[in-house]
Amino acid sequence: MNEESNAPDMTDGEISTNESTDEEPGTPGVDDSIDVVASDASPGALEEQLLYAKILEVGMFLGLGLLLVSFALYVLRILPPVIPIEQLSDYWTMNVHDYLGALNEQFLHQEHLLTGWSWLSQIGKGDYLNFIPIAILSAITIVCYAGITPVLIRKKDRAYAIMALLEVFILTLAASGVLTVGH
Amino acid sequence: MTSGMATNQKFRHNFLNRVGATGATGRRVCILTLLLLLLCPGEVVMGQEGAQVVTGPDVAWWVWPLVLLVLTFIMGILAALGGVGGGVLYVPIVSGFFPFHLDFVRGAGLLVALAGALAAGPGFLKMNLASLRLAIPVALIASTCAIAGAMVGLALPTNVIQTSLGIAILGIVILLMTAKKSEFPEVEQADRLSSVLGIYGVYSEASLGREINWKIHRTLPGLLLFIGVGFAAGMFGLGAGWANVPVLNLVMGVPLKISVATSKFLLSITDTSAAWIYINKGAVIPMMVVPSLVGIMLGSLIGVRLLRVAKPTVVRKIVIGLLLFAGLKAITKGLGLPFIV
Repeated sequence: MNEESNAPDMTDGEISTNESTDEEPGTPGVDDSIDVVASDASPGALEEQLLYAKILEVGMFLGLGLLLVSFALYVLRILPPVIPIEQLSDYWTMNVHDYLGALNEQFLHQEHLLTGWSWLSQIGKGDYLNFIPIAILSAITIVCYAGITPVLIRKKDRAYAIMALLEVFILTLAASGVLTVGH
Repeated sequence: MTSGMATNQKFRHNFLNRVGATGATGRRVCILTLLLLLLCPGEVVMGQEGAQVVTGPDVAWWVWPLVLLVLTFIMGILAALGGVGGGVLYVPIVSGFFPFHLDFVRGAGLLVALAGALAAGPGFLKMNLASLRLAIPVALIASTCAIAGAMVGLALPTNVIQTSLGIAILGIVILLMTAKKSEFPEVEQADRLSSVLGIYGVYSEASLGREINWKIHRTLPGLLLFIGVGFAAGMFGLGAGWANVPVLNLVMGVPLKISVATSKFLLSITDTSAAWIYINKGAVIPMMVVPSLVGIMLGSLIGVRLLRVAKPTVVRKIVIGLLLFAGLKAITKGLGLPFIV
């Protein structure tokens, strides 16, 4: 499915179908001449869609690969964890607030609980090293949206450019740690 | 009956302690453990008191992650064959029958669903089976509401969430049993909103040997339904494929293949937003997340290969049965009642 195709570029109007003979609605503000790109033997895939797919694929492989590596470093005890692995089962039955409290009281002894991005202070520890690939996997969608926004702007697809920017804002807000909750 | 159950429980207690004490029987023992858990889980693991039986210091630390790996592997197979996402099986089953707190299970559930969606997304987008133009407005609504759902879910008492989860799972069971799918829904005319947004597409339908043009209708009601879908996804950490597909396919008139692929891709956006709330709250334990993620992805790979020989209707019944079982367990656990099935 990742193989490049030499198929010629197609537009919606050129694609034949027996399913519907209705004329397809247009896309206001969109430059039809660059709207559709044929690639990977898939008719009608948009330029921004293929760009999104490429960024997503790179981020996904990077995140999953690093996750396996960091987890191996953790379980093989190459990097010592904050919570000794043997004691972990004493903590995962607690709710998250109690868990963080116990974690701080017994191991970290810090002024604040380990919430938000404060896990970065512990990335030298085996368990918290795993948060890096988890963060990559969770952040790749933001990069994808940020990546396609210039394409949408160039195509004067205002509605989708605005929606993409809004999504970047929403996801960045969620990732920022500003939105906090308590039990 | 009671005596028999007590004997059974004592046997399993000794059995599990032996696993921890010797650690010599490896994978085979853990598979047996898993089977025991699946056969009589209420007695073995949960109930708040029961958790102490098998989570104490006598049990080797690797037992639970390994059991989790095996179970999520099976879940991955069943999910692929049953046409549901991994998250919808993961959260009710793991929260019901494992010692992990629901907060961590939901965080792991979102990451499991997210990883599956990230893995499938690029291929679906390149094949033009997932539609970015359809996904962007839907995802904007669903991801925003997923954040709200995650925040509410982490703020409410656990028993309330657990009971609500059980009710939601039973609702999903009803949805899976009653919702009919339409491979090529009849859409007479695209509505104004979808026309303005340019939501339409074309894809190659191999079974028919031709390309299919598609367009959608009832866009506004469909988008509004994603408010609830996103909220539930964030609140329960379920992923949302179980709801995405019916809304896209039955309400908005998106062809089934496009609905399934776009739904899977959508999870990568919806679950991202909710996952960040759980990550920032600290509700992520790598020892739970990584085995789950690896297990469900490997299981999905095998499941897709088994699709050729498996009977989907039988597997679907098994999935519905498991969800029913897990839903009832979640309700009884949330209400503090004994689990009787």
